[in-house]
Amino acid sequence: MPSSLITGNSLLAIDVGAANTRAVLFDVIEGEYRFVASGAAPSTAEAPFKDVAEGARNAIANLANILGRTLLDDARGPIMPGQPDGSGVDALVVTVSAGPAVKTVVVGLLKDVSLDSAYRLTESTYSRILDTIGLHDQRKPDQLIDNLLRTRPDLVVIAGGTDGGASRSIQKLLEPIGLASFLMPDEKRPTVLFAGNEKMEEEVRSLLGSLAASLHFSPNIRPSLDTEDTDPAERELARMFINIRKRQMKGVELLDIWSGGHILPTAYAAGRMVRFLSKVYGSQKGILSVDLGVSATVIAAGFKNKSTLKVYPQFGLGENLAGLLQYTTLEDILRWSPFDIPASVLLDYLHQKSLYPSAIAATKEDFALSQAVARQALHLATQFAQRDFPKNIASIKPTLAPLFEPILAGGGALSDASRPGQSLLLLLDSLQPVGVTTVILDQNNLLSLLGSAASQNNILPVQVLESGAFLSLGTVVSPVISTNYGRPILRAKLTYENGTEARVDLKFGSLETLPLPSGEAGKLTIQCLHGADVGFGPGKGGTIPVSGGALGVVFDGRGRPLDLPSDPVRRRELIKKWNWTLGGG
Amino acid sequence: MQAPVHHITGLTSIIRERLLPISGTVLARVQQKVSPVDVVAETKWAREHLMLDVAQILGISPNMADRLIKCKVGDRLPENAEIAVGRGIFPRHVRTTREGRVVAVGGGQVLMEVGESKVDLRAGIPGTVIEVIPDRGVVIQTAGSLVQGVWGNGRINSGLLVNLAEKPDGVLTAGRLDVSLRGSIILAGIVKDAETLQTAAELPARGLILSSIPPSLIPKAREMRYPIIATEGFGSLPMNSAAYKLLSTNAKREVTVNAEIYDRYTGAKPEVIIPLPTSSEPPAPREVETFAPGLQVRMRRPPAMGMIGSILSIKPGLTTLPSGLRAPAAEVKLENDETVIAPLANLEVVG
Repeated sequence: MPSSLITGNSLLAIDVGAANTRAVLFDVIEGEYRFVASGAAPSTAEAPFKDVAEGARNAIANLANILGRTLLDDARGPIMPGQPDGSGVDALVVTVSAGPAVKTVVVGLLKDVSLDSAYRLTESTYSRILDTIGLHDQRKPDQLIDNLLRTRPDLVVIAGGTDGGASRSIQKLLEPIGLASFLMPDEKRPTVLFAGNEKMEEEVRSLLGSLAASLHFSPNIRPSLDTEDTDPAERELARMFINIRKRQMKGVELLDIWSGGHILPTAYAAGRMVRFLSKVYGSQKGILSVDLGVSATVIAAGFKNKSTLKVYPQFGLGENLAGLLQYTTLEDILRWSPFDIPASVLLDYLHQKSLYPSAIAATKEDFALSQAVARQALHLATQFAQRDFPKNIASIKPTLAPLFEPILAGGGALSDASRPGQSLLLLLDSLQPVGVTTVILDQNNLLSLLGSAASQNNILPVQVLESGAFLSLGTVVSPVISTNYGRPILRAKLTYENGTEARVDLKFGSLETLPLPSGEAGKLTIQCLHGADVGFGPGKGGTIPVSGGALGVVFDGRGRPLDLPSDPVRRRELIKKWNWTLGGG
Repeated sequence: MQAPVHHITGLTSIIRERLLPISGTVLARVQQKVSPVDVVAETKWAREHLMLDVAQILGISPNMADRLIKCKVGDRLPENAEIAVGRGIFPRHVRTTREGRVVAVGGGQVLMEVGESKVDLRAGIPGTVIEVIPDRGVVIQTAGSLVQGVWGNGRINSGLLVNLAEKPDGVLTAGRLDVSLRGSIILAGIVKDAETLQTAAELPARGLILSSIPPSLIPKAREMRYPIIATEGFGSLPMNSAAYKLLSTNAKREVTVNAEIYDRYTGAKPEVIIPLPTSSEPPAPREVETFAPGLQVRMRRPPAMGMIGSILSIKPGLTTLPSGLRAPAAEVKLENDETVIAPLANLEVVG
């Protein structure tokens, strides 16, 4: 028996989100780890509660009610370790995404080199980049100081200089940061991460050591001009994020104590799982995870030798919604709506919803608006993230999404949808996957919790993943082709395990499905017409094994990139039809 | 399930912190009675800095420049003051280009803060100072009516309340603003154009209490130097009946509009305070309630967004909503006698 099973059997994982806090129990059932149950309660980071531990206690209490098991002691702390009477748990881990985006200033030397790397690094956590400072900056030092004093960043991320390379230029950039920190009250000083020339550690320490709230170092993210390695710095940044949250939010410190230090930013924990999955299960294709949440949209992609983690608070579906229009237009959001909704109604919605991030859509119209916004937010986040995917990854066309297998999707907007078809269509619209891929819904939002649990118990995530705790939505076949609406583009034959067959003729612009229930497998023979490409090459077909899911095998013949009709009446009719095809109603 | 509380209450104890953005001098003392315009704390704040790179100007090393710099931290220097003189037969002089205070010297450089301005912190509400927070500000207590809003433009002022909203969804236009309203706090319904905001500024009005504001007017509203508060939010939402009733029946009273920017983490909300004389201290409002039948609630999202109702029952388990989503919900009887099912996440208790 592995040592981790001897030291702890049950594991309680707590996720503190912007809207909800969840408590999830994993335990050993018949010799293997399983997801047992989940309890939720509204998060309590905001006033009047202002203590995230309260929401955690409420979520644990709800979980205890569901299980009929005692998990909290008289002082409402978790009972640890598990007791012979069945009360308590053996271990506890925490993930946190609640709270405002961390105000960050990014500093680097050259715009296309270290500054870009520092920017990419900063996007791996819940940050709002207020300013970038580089050698190209035309502002005088006093202007930089004034700007820093005005924006009051929580975090400064500094990169620059190849190892043993430039030092004088970096010193010059550090001076305004040091002076601005010196002029700030102690409690307002930023936390600083230096991820540049490793030879400069002593100089940086002497320049900023006494002026920053805390000063952290990580290996150089740009050790040479053509090498970028942000992984160790991402790890350090994750730790720093938790420390910043401890300063900002009551209760995080207590959760840290409960978990014995096993507390991570939610996005980082999800990224860790994707990295792990891409190493264990990775094929030529990448693995994609998307999380469409209230605090941020998180994109984590794992490829053979490289993973990418992108956290976009600006595309979160909560307090930042009013700012979404800095990146898109009302018309571009409304194109996803099956109803005729005036732009002014959407504008009001974005502002009103940002006041009440935890509110949910109760009416059909509100739901249509929330889904349209979610589609556009995820679409934008994917487009942004794709810019930083590694080069030379498997794809059908470089301008389209790379080939992924599988796509994992979670977050409130997806997991709350009442029908799997609604979630799948949202994903197909916004991600626009190509080729053949399996789409899996993380309906219990477990991925980040498993990533966090991996630090306590490395067997648990593997066994839970393989236990069916995730819902397979189905296998999606998305040919790449652009042609006339209604023209046949693909023929497919699905051969079931019992030998029966089902066939589909896919026309351009339509969605089709063939049933293949979860847990069943089949063989799919694809014949591509008129140059359509599903990954075998233009016009080429083949036979592949496929696994079942809630929607079976789904054929998305709408073309890539998805080009919605400009005529609004026709577009809305089509959207309703597509919804209907996938059982989304 | 715990419920957030939105305060719309006729008589309560109101305790508010008033703090300087940076440390300064607190002028008020405990038990002092203050009016909204009384200055309770003050400080000086330099918004800009000036870096004089003596070493670079004189073309010498930073160490040598440090030896030539005549000023020290804390010195107040006028414009054109000499801070260093170079060496040689025709030495170069380094002078200040603006008046200011030296905040750092070293590395051959002098950093000054310039453009200092005085910041007066006013009491904002009438009441009694019950606590002094050293170097930062005061805590003031008063008794009266309290109406919280959801959006504010960051300003604060007091004045006589004048009701120009005949009904909760009335629209205020520029044509209705005349000189008789100068110095008033105007209770309006909805404003739809920038001209109305500008006309109110030109009177000048001392405040505008709106039910809702179109998002397109937010930049203009932020420019206004008088407080603007929206009780419901954005678009064309009528004022909720509880707020309208309380405000409209208090016309001609002195009120304070603190159009504080809503901060979900600190709990700061824009609000209207109507001080009332009381013989005894009324209880402070509750910040958290537990959803239960009989409680008065406000609908934060459709259906019936902004309406007031009372909880008839809490539905057991999860309820499937018309949207298809499943969530904990309550049966709510609205003030128009209609009964709706609303998710608890969309309700806030009024009290």
